[in-house]
Amino acid sequence: MGKDSRLILDPLTDNNPITIQVLGICSALAITAELEASIVMSISVLFVMGVGNVVISLMRNIIPSKIRIIAQLIVVATLVIIVDLVLKAFAYELSKTLSVFVGLIITNCIIMGRFEAFALGNGPWRSFLDGIGNALGYGIILVIVGFFRELLGSGTLLGIQVLGDPIEKTGLYSIGYENNGFMLLSPMALIVVGIIIWIQRTRNKDLIED
Amino acid sequence: MGLKQNLHNFKEKNKDKKWLPGFNALFTFLYTPNETTHNGTHIKAADDLKRTMNTVIMALVPCLVFGMFNAGYQHYLAQGLIDSADGFLGASFWTWDNFVIGLWKVLPLVAVSYGVGLAVEFVFAIIKGHEVEEGYLVTGMLVPLIVPVDIPLWMLSVAVIFGVVIGKEVFGGTGMNILNPALTIRAFLFFAYPTWMSGDKVWVHGAVERDAAIAAGENLDAISGETLLGYYAKAGQELTVAGTDTVTTYGARAEELYSYADMFWGIIPGSVGETSKFLIVIGALFLIFTKIGSWRIMLSTVIGALVMGLIFNGVVDAGWIGESSKFYGLMSVPFWQHLIIGSILFGAVYMATDPVTASQTNKGKWIYGFLIGFISIMIRVFNPAYPEGVFLAILLMNVFAPTIDHYVVQGNVKKRMKRLKAKVA
Repeated sequence: MGKDSRLILDPLTDNNPITIQVLGICSALAITAELEASIVMSISVLFVMGVGNVVISLMRNIIPSKIRIIAQLIVVATLVIIVDLVLKAFAYELSKTLSVFVGLIITNCIIMGRFEAFALGNGPWRSFLDGIGNALGYGIILVIVGFFRELLGSGTLLGIQVLGDPIEKTGLYSIGYENNGFMLLSPMALIVVGIIIWIQRTRNKDLIED
Repeated sequence: MGLKQNLHNFKEKNKDKKWLPGFNALFTFLYTPNETTHNGTHIKAADDLKRTMNTVIMALVPCLVFGMFNAGYQHYLAQGLIDSADGFLGASFWTWDNFVIGLWKVLPLVAVSYGVGLAVEFVFAIIKGHEVEEGYLVTGMLVPLIVPVDIPLWMLSVAVIFGVVIGKEVFGGTGMNILNPALTIRAFLFFAYPTWMSGDKVWVHGAVERDAAIAAGENLDAISGETLLGYYAKAGQELTVAGTDTVTTYGARAEELYSYADMFWGIIPGSVGETSKFLIVIGALFLIFTKIGSWRIMLSTVIGALVMGLIFNGVVDAGWIGESSKFYGLMSVPFWQHLIIGSILFGAVYMATDPVTASQTNKGKWIYGFLIGFISIMIRVFNPAYPEGVFLAILLMNVFAPTIDHYVVQGNVKKRMKRLKAKVA
């Protein structure tokens, strides 16, 4: 059982897909300006990876290895379309914010990477755990980045004004505080991810590459 | 033996304490330490890092003092309390009142810049267990000179922390940075708080409060605190002169308000230290004379700016662009005038020449400087949001400087190989 739990815990910390493997960076930069979008994106990836890994794992013995990439693409594309349609049906505003990036989950390197590296060689239960673990590892970084970008960039969290009203000048704004517009631009997401990587590697020196 | 010996003994006693680098920094600031190197080759040179930095700071002091006078002068002029000074030695410019206002506004900027920046340096020195690096001395002086006079101090502190940590310390500290830290700080301010870094309210002290008072119904003359670049960027647009019914254009108003002499001597609104082209040229000569700044970079930057200006003038002369175009205003500025409006000279002399982030090879310096000037004017004309591009151009070329050097060195290697082959054959 200890081995199985590592499948979930490792990607959260010392084998994190974003900060250690540096995969899935594009979406981490693009949609983390708001916490809500980050959370929805994380849940979408969680669904796609969990189900996708299981499906690929079940089919692993019947997929000819020459066309396995195409087979994987079909599975992930099907799942992403389901997510996209669900979002459009039940959270239309949000799906407009996420726009093309839901569709681009298909090209998220983490998903194809886990299919190739894990699901093709392991049973469904372990593949499921691996998919959930990596999606959580991806999601936790997205949520951290989204938290700081929304808090410092817009002064809100999940759309609620936690620092006061910038127009009415209440709360922090009454003493001259202003939102940091740089936080809303993509380069700042890169820098926030960079800072997380920095802190993580300072705490655990084993992670530093030469 | 007095204080110095006591401090030295204190240092010996606390050799393995964590905070020793912090103490060392203060100690070496006051005295030359007693230790000498005992083994290995060493060269005794007078122009160490501290002296190099101090030379640049000396070259900046005239700009800073002038900036203080100018801050007060623009403040009083905007309120209509004094007459326009006629030229550099105008009676209403070098007054005690101007200086006091300027000192009151600019000194806190200097204090915050140095205080916060050096605190970050100390923290990192203690974490790394190194000696404190002197790299911040010049940056700390440059920062107050390249921000608007009314910038809130907490914003400046946030930007300084960001600039020093992300612009310098993550790369390994002084000498290892890719981007110029002072410009990183300015870029951060510009992207994070654009309303405080551009427009017509920030360049003159008190403009925001005055505007609020007018909006509240007080009977005051509205002032216009545009920089010259702001005027030229909107040259064709109509403007109602504050307090009157006269309708004119921004371009015409700029000519009415500021003469070429004003621009050269620097009695125009702008960032604190970059307005006086005269003092910048003096500083440039000083840096060239002391061999601290690279004349190649300064000269090639100016040439690059002039060439781009000439191209734009050519485009206007050829009639490829109509007066209705939003680029017409800045494109039709005479090419040489680009040097005396905006901060291209300040950037060329004090920013582009930063020995760490500039190209190292002589040929590379020419290319690097030329492209800075060229791109600066290009951004200045085409940037829709902000009519100045010097800091963006320099940051961009900072990134490309190692690439330029690489190709210059490779070219040299190839040339020599060819020569060698010819000789052998």
